[in-house]
Parts: sequence; C-alpha cells; structure tokens
Amino acid sequence: MSILLDVADLAVVFHTKRGKVHAVDGVGFSVGRGEVLGIVGESGSGKSVTLRAITRLLHGAEVTGRVTWQGEDVLAMDAERLRRMRGGQIGMVFQEPMAALNPVLPIGLQITEALVAHTDLDAAGRQKRALELLDLVGIAAGRTRLGQFPHEFSGGMRQRAMIAIALAANPALLLADEPTTALDVTIQDQILRLLRGLVDDLGMGLVLVTHDLGVIAETCDRVAVMYAGRLCETGAVAPVFAAPRHAYTKALLGAMPGQGQDMLVAIPGMAPRLDTPAAGCAFAPRCGYRMPICDAGRPLLRDVSPGQVSACHAAEALA
Amino acid sequence: MNRGTWLLGRLAQIVPTFVMIGVAVFVLARLLPGDQVSAMLGERASDDTIARMQAQLGLDRSVFVQLLDFLAAAVRGNFGDSMSLRLPVLQVIAERLPVTLALMAIAVVLALSIALPLAFVAALNANRWPDMLIRTIFQIGLSSPVFYIGLLLLTVFAAGLRWFPVGGYGDDWGEHLYHLFLPGLTLSFSFAAVVMRNLRAGILAVLTAEYVDFARAKGLSAGVVLGRHVLRNALIATVTLVGLHVGALLGGAVITETVFAVPGVGRLMIDSILARDYPVIQALTLVLAILVSLAFLLTDLVQMWLDPRVGR
Repeated sequence: MSILLDVADLAVVFHTKRGKVHAVDGVGFSVGRGEVLGIVGESGSGKSVTLRAITRLLHGAEVTGRVTWQGEDVLAMDAERLRRMRGGQIGMVFQEPMAALNPVLPIGLQITEALVAHTDLDAAGRQKRALELLDLVGIAAGRTRLGQFPHEFSGGMRQRAMIAIALAANPALLLADEPTTALDVTIQDQILRLLRGLVDDLGMGLVLVTHDLGVIAETCDRVAVMYAGRLCETGAVAPVFAAPRHAYTKALLGAMPGQGQDMLVAIPGMAPRLDTPAAGCAFAPRCGYRMPICDAGRPLLRDVSPGQVSACHAAEALA
Repeated sequence: MNRGTWLLGRLAQIVPTFVMIGVAVFVLARLLPGDQVSAMLGERASDDTIARMQAQLGLDRSVFVQLLDFLAAAVRGNFGDSMSLRLPVLQVIAERLPVTLALMAIAVVLALSIALPLAFVAALNANRWPDMLIRTIFQIGLSSPVFYIGLLLLTVFAAGLRWFPVGGYGDDWGEHLYHLFLPGLTLSFSFAAVVMRNLRAGILAVLTAEYVDFARAKGLSAGVVLGRHVLRNALIATVTLVGLHVGALLGGAVITETVFAVPGVGRLMIDSILARDYPVIQALTLVLAILVSLAFLLTDLVQMWLDPRVGR
C-alpha cells in the first residue's frame, strides 16, 4: 500500500491575546491509498485543527513539523503548488455544511468552479460532471438542484453537496471533518457507505475525523485517538478496540454504548486548558491508572504491539 | 413567499411612501415661520389685500381641503409657478435636476472607484501600515466638512493650478464632465470614507468565514476567492449603507453646488429659501424625498440581486 500523506511531529500554536494555545502538539500518522484513517477525540482535542494544518488553511497559526504529500513537503509548497494540491489532490469536507457553502452562490457554480480550477473541461463538460457528482452523492433532480442555493437544501443535502464539491476533481485523498455529525442516523449511514465505497472502488484515501467511536468501528481501517492536542494511540481498529493500550482510549471505549456492559462509565473531570501544556501526560488528572511518573514526564509514542503505537506509561498494565 | 411576490410587495410600498412624503412636505411648509402671502405682498399690505390674496391662492379653505388639493395637483405634476422666477415650478426643477443627478453620479463613481480597491488593500493588510495609512486619510476625509474640502480643492486645483474651472456647468457633455469633476470629487470624499470603512470591516468579517476557507480548500485561485466569495458577501451590507447615504449625498450636493456655483437643485433650494419661494421649496422637497425613496428601492433591488436569500 503506497503512502499518500505522512504527518510527523505536527504542532500548531495559536498566539492569542491571553498567550499561546497549543492546539496540536506532536501529532503523527500516515494514510495510504484505499485506506480509511479515523481520528477520534473529544471536542477541542485538535482533530479539526490537524486537518486544516495539513492543507495550510489556518489563520495566524504557527505550524511546525513535517507534512509530506506523496513525497513533497507541504509546508514548503509555493502558493500555486498548494492551490493545485488543495481540491485537486486533497479534497476536504468541512464540519458545518451550512457555514461552508457560500450562501449567495448557486450550488452548481460552487461545484463547477472546482472543476475550472483543476480540470480542462469545457462548460458543457463541467455541467455534465456536476450532474454526475450530484447523482453520485444521491441528490435527485440534479438539473434543478444545480441552480438552487444552499438555503434551499436540507441539512443532509448540503452535506452531500459539500462532499460532491470535495470529490469534483477526483482527489486521491479526502479529509472529512465530522461529515455526518449533524445528520440523522439513516443519512449518516448512507454517507458513510458512500465514502467507504469510494475508498474501496477508486482506491481513494480517507481521513475521517469524528467523536463517534461507532463511526470508527464501522467505517475505518485504522484509528488515531487524540486528547488535548496530542496523539494517544494509533493502530488497526479491531485490535485497538479489543485491547486498547492507552488509558484514555480505554476510558473512551468504556463510555461508548453497545459494548455489552450494563453501565456506561463517564470520564471524570474536564479536558485540560491548552495554554500551558502539561509537563506530564495531559490525561493524568482524569486517569484511573495514574502513576507518579505520569505527572513527571510526558509519555512518548512507542510500539506496544505490531502496528499499534501508544503514548501511555500504563500501556503494559493495560495489556 | 416567492421572490416575485416579495418584489411586488416592495414596489407597492412606494405608493403609501409617496403619499406620506406629500403630507409631510405640506405640513412642513405650513410650519415654516412667516407665511406665503406676507412674503409675496410685503409687510405693509393692508388686511383687505391680504384677504384677497389668500382667497386667490385658496388659503382661506380648510387645511384638509388644501392638503387634498396639493396632493391632487402634485400627482398631475402641477406645483404652480415660482414666485421669484415667474416660471412653472416643474419646468424650473426639470432644468436643474439633471445637473444634480450628474454631480451625484460622478461623486458615486469616484467614491466607489477610490473606496473599493482601497478597502481590499486595507482589509488584506489589517492593522499593518497600509491599513493604518488608508484609514487615517479617510478619517480626515470623513471629519472634514464638505465646504472646507470644496474650498481647498477650488483653491489648489482651480484657482492655483488652473487645471479645472472655478465654477459653472459648461455647454456640452464634455464640458459638463470637466466642470463637475472637482465638485464631484468634493462630494465623494465622505462617501468614499463611509464605503471604505464599512467594506473593509465587511471584508475582514468575511475573510475568516467558513465558506471562504472552503473556497480555498477547493483550490480556487486567490483572485476567485476574493472576487467571487469575499467581495460579493461583503458588498451585501455595504450596499444598504450606500443606499442610506444617498440622502446625505443630496445634503452635500446643496453645499457643493453653492461652493462651485453649479446650477443644480441644491443651489435652487438655497436660492428659493432665501427668496421665500414657497412653491419651489415645497415641490423641490417633495422631488428630493421621492428621489431618496427611489434610491432605497434601488438598494433593495440590488440587494435582492446580490443575496438570493432576500425575499424567500
């Protein structure tokens, strides 16, 4: 499996009036062709910021580390190379389709402008491709829909329209930020099937950000668990879910319904502030496996079993 | 509600608006100190003469009948004769109105061609030196009175450098444009400042909108992102402001026309007030108020064209 995107030591710092915010702190993962990587974590754990850092869409943030796209250094790309990568090679789906679609432009134009940017299609060809795309994402009566505006679409259709835009130029990788969060379960299922189908049929790579472990279990090949801007654990979905090797992953799975347990176990406490990074493990204050070493030194990512990496001092205790 | 219905409703609003403007103008003319008859006859007229004049002008009838009479005549475009110029009021206004409209058009075009690009430069360099410089210059433009800017331009470019005429209107289109350039520039200053500041703020707000990030994520060029996704949305708020500013622009035209001796309705208004030419004052107020409300209508139409959500 060839690697499309490789991220290493990615850190994002926002300089705010009240000081620095370490939104992402040393995250690394890679995605290959035909592979679905799920990134899971609570709100504010840095999932969305990570995606936007990859395509350099953050405003006024300090981004360090390495982002490599098919062997090329993304952080060193010039404006034109970056433009061709965005949309042309890496498609993006945003979290809020109502906010991400331009309210004053017809959906058709919002699809075809992506085709203008990345293909040689003429107007008729773009129109044809736009109809194909709407059909692909399951929007009926495409011809009428192309002339309509976002406010004339339902929530589910806006989400599909955004996916259609992201897929317009046949990107090799899709970064999808909670593409199903705002949708009801039936539509959520349809969209996840659609995305999985594109990965299986066309060999597209997919990074799926979510806070829903159920979505990860159903759709993803590998999972990366994030907490407070840091990467806790990565590995294939089945082994990580069966035998988590990070205390946070274990706690997260314990709070997930449908695992055969009688009671869900809530994680006590609150996610930490990101202005002063913890010297030790960020999860330590809320952790049931806390040891003195957890507060003293930051746990580094290490191989805990074949293909599974964890940054937890209690990895062995969890095994 | 569909847009056609909305549009019809908006157009229908014009009728009651015009009626209310008419009533307001009539009432205002009655509230002015002094009265028409003594202005015409002078202070020494006898009571008998005054009474005869009042009867002749229909001023002895009840106020309500006079109002209906005024409105009915106004609808037919009959505003009587100017007392000082001895000409039909409508003819006097029709001769002067195009001059003022041309002046305002020049001012708007100048203001927009100054404000639009500078708003972009300022917004894209927010809080850095180009932004600071542009904002400072416009702050001065905004806080300087129209007559001061007018006199300044007049002294430097007309009297001093002799690039432009000191006043007047000229005889053909080319001369009109040449004569109206300095007055137009004078009038455009505060307007440009208002548009620039508002548009700069609008662009700044839109620049960080999700749909602009999404447009970038699609791989659109910077030009398309700014021209299509940013400008269009930023303009929606600015268009409203431009429409609302037309009234202020008319007020500025009155002063500008006086400074540059431009024979427009602004000058006419001042002259008529000084001559207590009530029919002209009354008709002119009505025409200008109708102009402003037509500008508001135009604003709504442009807004509807810019923003597909309006009227749905």
